[in-house]
Amino acid sequence: MEKQKQVQKRQSATAIFFDELSKSPGLITFLAILTGIIISGLLVAATTVEVYEAFSVSFFHGMGEIFKTAWSTYSSLFLGAFGNPKTIITAVQGGDALAIRRAINPFFESLVQSTPYIFAGLSVALGFRVGLFNIGAEGQIFIGALTSVYAGYAITGLPAFIHIPIALLAGALGGALWGFVPGFLKAKTGAHEVIITIMMNYIAFKFTDFMINGPMQDPNEYTPKTPWIQESAQLTRFFEDPIRFHLGFFVALAVAFVIYWLLFKTTWGFELRTVGSNPNGARYAGINTTRSTIIAMSLAGSLAGLAGANEVLGLNHRLVPSFSSGYGFDSIALALLGKNHPFGVVLSALLFGFLRNGSRQMQLKSGVPIDIVSILQALILAFIAAPAIIRTIFRLKKPEIEEESIKVGGWGGN
Amino acid sequence: MAPLLELKGITKRFPGVLANDHIDLTLEKGEIHALLGENGAGKTTLMNILYGLYSPDEGDIFVNGQKITIQGPTDAIKAGIGMVHQHFMLIPVFTVTENIMLGEEAVKFGGFLDRKKAAAKIKQISDTYELNVNPNAYVRDLPVGNQQRVEIIKILFREAEILIMDEPSAVLTPQEVDELFKIMRILVDQGKSIIFITHKLREVMECADRITVIRGGKVVGSTTPKEADTKKLAAMMVGREVELKVKKTKAKPGNTVLHVENLRVLNAQEQFAVDGVSFDVKEGEVFGIAGVQGNGQTELVRALTGLLPPTEGEIEILGQETTKERPRSITELGSAHIPEDRQKDGLILAFPVSENLVLNSYFHEPFSKGIRLQFDEIAESGKQLVEKFDIRTPGINTPVSSLSGGNQQKVIVAREFSRPIKLLIASQPTRGLDVGSIEYIHKRVLEKRNEGCAILLVSTELDEIIQLSDRIAVMYRGKILDVLDVEDASKEILGLLMAGIKPSDEMKQKITKEEQIILT
Repeated sequence: MEKQKQVQKRQSATAIFFDELSKSPGLITFLAILTGIIISGLLVAATTVEVYEAFSVSFFHGMGEIFKTAWSTYSSLFLGAFGNPKTIITAVQGGDALAIRRAINPFFESLVQSTPYIFAGLSVALGFRVGLFNIGAEGQIFIGALTSVYAGYAITGLPAFIHIPIALLAGALGGALWGFVPGFLKAKTGAHEVIITIMMNYIAFKFTDFMINGPMQDPNEYTPKTPWIQESAQLTRFFEDPIRFHLGFFVALAVAFVIYWLLFKTTWGFELRTVGSNPNGARYAGINTTRSTIIAMSLAGSLAGLAGANEVLGLNHRLVPSFSSGYGFDSIALALLGKNHPFGVVLSALLFGFLRNGSRQMQLKSGVPIDIVSILQALILAFIAAPAIIRTIFRLKKPEIEEESIKVGGWGGN
Repeated sequence: MAPLLELKGITKRFPGVLANDHIDLTLEKGEIHALLGENGAGKTTLMNILYGLYSPDEGDIFVNGQKITIQGPTDAIKAGIGMVHQHFMLIPVFTVTENIMLGEEAVKFGGFLDRKKAAAKIKQISDTYELNVNPNAYVRDLPVGNQQRVEIIKILFREAEILIMDEPSAVLTPQEVDELFKIMRILVDQGKSIIFITHKLREVMECADRITVIRGGKVVGSTTPKEADTKKLAAMMVGREVELKVKKTKAKPGNTVLHVENLRVLNAQEQFAVDGVSFDVKEGEVFGIAGVQGNGQTELVRALTGLLPPTEGEIEILGQETTKERPRSITELGSAHIPEDRQKDGLILAFPVSENLVLNSYFHEPFSKGIRLQFDEIAESGKQLVEKFDIRTPGINTPVSSLSGGNQQKVIVAREFSRPIKLLIASQPTRGLDVGSIEYIHKRVLEKRNEGCAILLVSTELDEIIQLSDRIAVMYRGKILDVLDVEDASKEILGLLMAGIKPSDEMKQKITKEEQIILT
């Protein structure tokens, strides 16, 4: 009797556990990623000739081949992102320093790839929190790179601990300027920030091209490139080649924490979030919405500017054409995945960074095109954006309290 | 014979809420059946089930004794059920005919709209039920009362036998309400049947044949206006005895707190919504502004609170000119504002209760030090206010969006009243609230008055204006037509003023006499 009762109790406790779990928003994110991985795997299988050949033998052969294909795709993706444990062990046993660095490089390279994502993701997330849709992160990255590289090569004779902050700050200011313009136009004239930031992107691309083709071109080079930045402006690297892991990653984490603190622990953040959540209510509460909009866009711009600075000061050490390759646009998706929370942004930036880095290895090893990672990212986002699909597939209950959704002002500055 | 419409054991659950709990309801042919209940009692859910917007978890619907399933508005219309929504579903730039035929377009030559045919049918309906609607008028040119009649014709056009009217009087002047009741009577005399949803007791007594009261998703009783009185109905609705009239002592007005002179304010359409308004509000008095919605009250309040800068004129609060001041400096002077749209202006719905309670004081000590918010202090003050103002919430960290309308309003009242205020600008403070919450908020407002606070009350509810105010101004098309002491004001006089007619002294006397005769 006693035992039976206990079993019953335990069952109900598990039931409660699953009940609570099924209502948590984190679960949706996890299941969205999982579903995206499964469907992408099926897509890879569907484009593989061997799978069809196996199906012509028998159904079981076919299914086996599907699993095999998906397994080899994802395992090479994983090994590409984290490094191969076997190689690492052999390298450590061999004791050759270069071999060890090569073996652990994939992991650190993934962190390197994540770093600009963290900055740019924070930029977009901050915008969303204040009700602004910053599509201009890409352009802000370019301007941030431009100003920081200038501060990097033009200022000489400074020690690193002064020069690095100055160069980073220059990048942040450049991005801030590029964010300020749409923020100002939005606040004062009601011009929609989506349009303005898109236009600002084109200006930034062309302006950067102009600068590195003309005023900022390295006189010793025939191709458009800026001069190398001073060694004192280079973000410190912690290992020797080929590991490129540098100080920028920790700067990004620190900035994420500062943004978190600012948004959620200070009166400024309270004002910004109020404006983002209900601009009418903010005005009623006496908050200066014009100022908040301008500050928010400038701050978002400076974060994206830091992403650009991070790339040139930490990796390239000079500015070359089209160096960013879409970090700014990916970061829109990434901010949504991270629920516009600084810590969520860090996590999803890591996911994106590891996927990006791993996908190269995947293409090399298993011949699966790199685009499958874009498809995977797109699928994950589609499921995040439409949680109802995930709820239906996994038969989850709807949470009683509506999840915080992103509100972006309509056309005409409402 | 089976009743026209019968609902049996309708049950609808939402997560955590039993919105409808085995509700039975019958509607006989040719009757007005009032569905009375507080907000959140489940009236609207029930009607949405009947109209096919929700599907019930349990229960059956019978029309003329036949069981039917309604899976969407199309099914409902097919079954002869039509709904007049509280917010009209009309397209302003279309004519009456175009609006009515929308979705059921008469065509000729296999694809061209036949407006004439539709207009003829509309004319015929309008004549039959004495609705007096011109089919060729543009909807944007019609007064609100006529727009509502267009909605009614829309339903009749689709040959509905059962009309559901959801809070139809909310947007009308008293005269228009009388007009509406007349129309409803004609409709049922001609054989239609009406379900009339409301939380206003007076209306139920005036026009219903039968009354069903719903509370907490359950039917608590059925009665008729002859058997019941407002007091009894109120008690049924709320579940306890309610004081419908708050007792009020005579005002002891002191110094002038708010002084408004020749104020002119432009609205979004660049028209003068407030057109030369002057008045004073003194310590310890309630100055009521009556008027039909949209006669400049919104813009007036927005100008007074710094949300909309006026083009001309002067505003003084406590002797300081605030005409061009920002909202923050006006609140800091000791002015409080209960906005007319609590969800749009007054609250940040996604934020927790505690943060909403410091929405305009978060930058003061002890709620922040420097730029750091002090969450312990905010929580502590939140807990105290929740208790003091009896805000029903699961906790102070619950988002305000999940509170009921009445409790959301209490959050605003708690926030504004917990600051040291000298002036209260209350705009529609009880709109959409249930009887219990209205009673509570009225009491609090009068308490503030008795403490010496100057109160500007803007309301479209005449009952509220008459009950609370010491002096009453009526706004019509941006101007104040007249200011009356409450002793001289009657519903009839105010109603005429609200319609833009300034009664002569003779008329006033006549009305007052008539009223006295009725009273005695």
